[in-house]
Amino acid sequence: MKHKMEIDGVEVAFSEGETILEVAQCHQTEIPTLCYDPRLEPFGGCRLCIVELEGARNPVASCTTEATPGMVVRTATDTIEAYRKTLLEMVISENREVDVSPLRGYASGELTDLRDRYGLNDTRITGATSGISKTDENPFILRDYELCISCYRCVRVCAEQEGDHAINVMNRGFHTQITTEFDGLLKDSACTFCGQCIQTCPTGALGDKKALRHAASELQIPSTEPDIEKTRTICPYCGVGCSVDILTKNEKIVGIHPAMDGPANEGALCVKGQFAYDFVQHSDRLTTPLVRGDDGELHEATWEAALDRAAEGYRKVHAEHGRHSIYGIASGRAPSEAAYLMQKFIRAGFGTNYIDNCSRA
Amino acid sequence: MSNPLVDMQKPDVIFCIGTNMTECHPVAATGLKKAVARGAKLIVADPRRIGLAEMSDLYLPLRVGSDTALLLGMAHVIAREGLIDETFVKDRTTGFDDFFEHISQWTPEWAESITEVPAKDIETAALWYGTANRGAIYYTLGITEHICGVENVQSLCNLALMTGNIGREGTGINPMRGQNNIQGAGDSGALPNNYPGFQAVTDPEYQAKFEAAYGKAVDLEKGITKVTALELCGDSIHAMLIDGENTLLSDPDREHCEHALRALEHLVVIDIFLTETAELADVVLPATAWGETDGICTNTERRVQRLRAAVPPPGDAKPDWWIISQIAQRLGFKGFDYNTPEPIFNELCELSPIYAGLDWERVDKGATDIFNNQWPVPHKAHPGTPRLHEETFVNGRGIFSNVHYRDPAETISDDFPVWLTTGRRLQSYHTRTQTGRSEGIEYLLSEESLEVNPTDIEEWNLTDGEWCKMSSARGSITIKVKSTNRSPRGTVFASFSFADVPVNLLTGSGYDPITHTAELKVCPVRLEPL
Repeated sequence: MKHKMEIDGVEVAFSEGETILEVAQCHQTEIPTLCYDPRLEPFGGCRLCIVELEGARNPVASCTTEATPGMVVRTATDTIEAYRKTLLEMVISENREVDVSPLRGYASGELTDLRDRYGLNDTRITGATSGISKTDENPFILRDYELCISCYRCVRVCAEQEGDHAINVMNRGFHTQITTEFDGLLKDSACTFCGQCIQTCPTGALGDKKALRHAASELQIPSTEPDIEKTRTICPYCGVGCSVDILTKNEKIVGIHPAMDGPANEGALCVKGQFAYDFVQHSDRLTTPLVRGDDGELHEATWEAALDRAAEGYRKVHAEHGRHSIYGIASGRAPSEAAYLMQKFIRAGFGTNYIDNCSRA
Repeated sequence: MSNPLVDMQKPDVIFCIGTNMTECHPVAATGLKKAVARGAKLIVADPRRIGLAEMSDLYLPLRVGSDTALLLGMAHVIAREGLIDETFVKDRTTGFDDFFEHISQWTPEWAESITEVPAKDIETAALWYGTANRGAIYYTLGITEHICGVENVQSLCNLALMTGNIGREGTGINPMRGQNNIQGAGDSGALPNNYPGFQAVTDPEYQAKFEAAYGKAVDLEKGITKVTALELCGDSIHAMLIDGENTLLSDPDREHCEHALRALEHLVVIDIFLTETAELADVVLPATAWGETDGICTNTERRVQRLRAAVPPPGDAKPDWWIISQIAQRLGFKGFDYNTPEPIFNELCELSPIYAGLDWERVDKGATDIFNNQWPVPHKAHPGTPRLHEETFVNGRGIFSNVHYRDPAETISDDFPVWLTTGRRLQSYHTRTQTGRSEGIEYLLSEESLEVNPTDIEEWNLTDGEWCKMSSARGSITIKVKSTNRSPRGTVFASFSFADVPVNLLTGSGYDPITHTAELKVCPVRLEPL
């Protein structure tokens, strides 16, 4: 059942249960947010999404206020924009820095983008910075809490999306600190290093340590280098089929982002999909065909020589032992074209069904 | 899976058996966690007190290899308590009367005597699942890697059929596939009994279809499985082509496997690393890896998705499809002159009714509001099929199976008094050819260890953190002992991931006679301190 309401003078339709923010987003009206992640329960912490609601004395948070029929909402009046600007200035003043590497995480540029949108390059508010960064030896998750703005997206994604409840909030107000049980290392908590906290953090307070490390040591990418290419594909591990973006720079894989719109994962990944990607460009990779020589050892060979030898071996065995002496095992890891051609090789080539894949072990 | 992944958030009662989902399919497990947080009841049957067991409402710690007994006991209670979905049974199934009579003898007390799970807990599980509006079953290799894997799966089907928990949202029988494209490999016909699209090789219609398509008459009978082929190496099998599988480490009974591969006159291995298996080959051909290869894969919910290359391959590495085509062309085989993967996938679609509505271009566009690309996709306008069996079963009616419990191939004895069960861990993948080469993973998991109950450690004179010798009827390995309550008394656990702890030297006691899947989940062993 569709209802009607008005946003910025335009009549729009909405369904019951939708928040003002969701209705606005559906109708291409952009409202700034920091604590909002569409996958999580509305939180209403950052107050940046406040809007004017006709008949209400004070502005309301659009992320936690459900739309009702006949509602009249103004999203960007001068007053609202002034409030937002002040709120942002206060948030920024508590942080050590705002410009962070896009490699820190999927959403790590949100605060930077808002600062630029509101032109807040000169600091009007000065004072103490909040948050104490945590030294954590783990190789994957940077805990740079001096950039934390207490939006709790990490805590909420860990609880609501991942279901692990590994991190929580300690202290109140200015002294708020994201922490684990007993304020220890992530390794000693319920954390599985799935990386969801990194990817939802809007400031880079939680960052992809591995990507930053690789970028710094091997590629000398400046920390704010924006020029990272993304390629959408599917994770190479289990059968769930999570959608990911491979991040590349100069033909090197520098990191992985979960695809927030991945049909199987909706932004989630596990430790393998998130961090175990560098086998691809590992120095152990086979780069040239190998053929066993008369000395019993494998030797490098050209493709021509190796393919001739491969074919010759089958021809010989076929001639000596017949077509039922040759067997094919297809991969459950390679694309379907490989498996299809393996069975075609055996069926169309030798006329047998002597083909299987690796699913029986 | 009969149902889509998104359905995992929707059941009222979830029955997980033989799946360590939080470690092996962690992202899928997030759906279950959401269902539990919403109030769904979770029943977990597993010999080990795994992560899922910790979050369950009812944990059934069954003895390894006793799944059929547990499931027969549950079926008995569901029937006894009158929780049968009469309409569903009448309209959609066949063989219920015989089955009803069959299960009357398998009481929960009998099941307790086999499984060591208290009869009252078996009753509770049956009552919960039997009264659920939406009851969903999830399983993995803990069900199939047994000599009775087929009976285990049939037992789960019995439960779903008698309660009508199939063909609806939030229900179903849902096996989770373990490798990124293991579903696609089967879909593509890399099976001894099926042409692409699961068209039986014994069906004259499909025989004619593929003879016409390939211009070659193919055997009218099924081929042999990989397990049989390995047994026949040097006898009647003399050449193999292995693509991207570290057979030596992943398969049971490593010594037998190595002996088999060495007995071949000709072995060609296509892989991205010089694996233990590739080291035995006559020719090793370097393939492009994930992230370097354009192609298509299919996930556990039958969703057909696009793989894209992001970086160039190292050196002379080539895509698998190119390599296979080149060998085929050199042998004079017709129909292998491909220059890109696109026509290969389109050929697969043309020959497979379940892929008939798909093509490279459509999969490349990804899931949309209209097209979900979950097979079967019978024609171009079809959106795909998230949920199977909604109106009818493919073969007509759901068939009840009068299964019997069987002991594992080997049971514990004076010589081998401890149950070993094997599996996987969150931080490593299969034989670690990939995760073992990913920096940082070793911080979380640096070595393999044998999980032993603390009381057993004391009783068997072992020491936590020290090495022990573990032997089965097939061999011995040394492995570090780790004290943990995850292992019940009398059962130990290890993964097969680490090459220096080749657990599959010990396994391989038996195989399911139909699927030839090895009983990797049960292996009696003896432990001795070193």
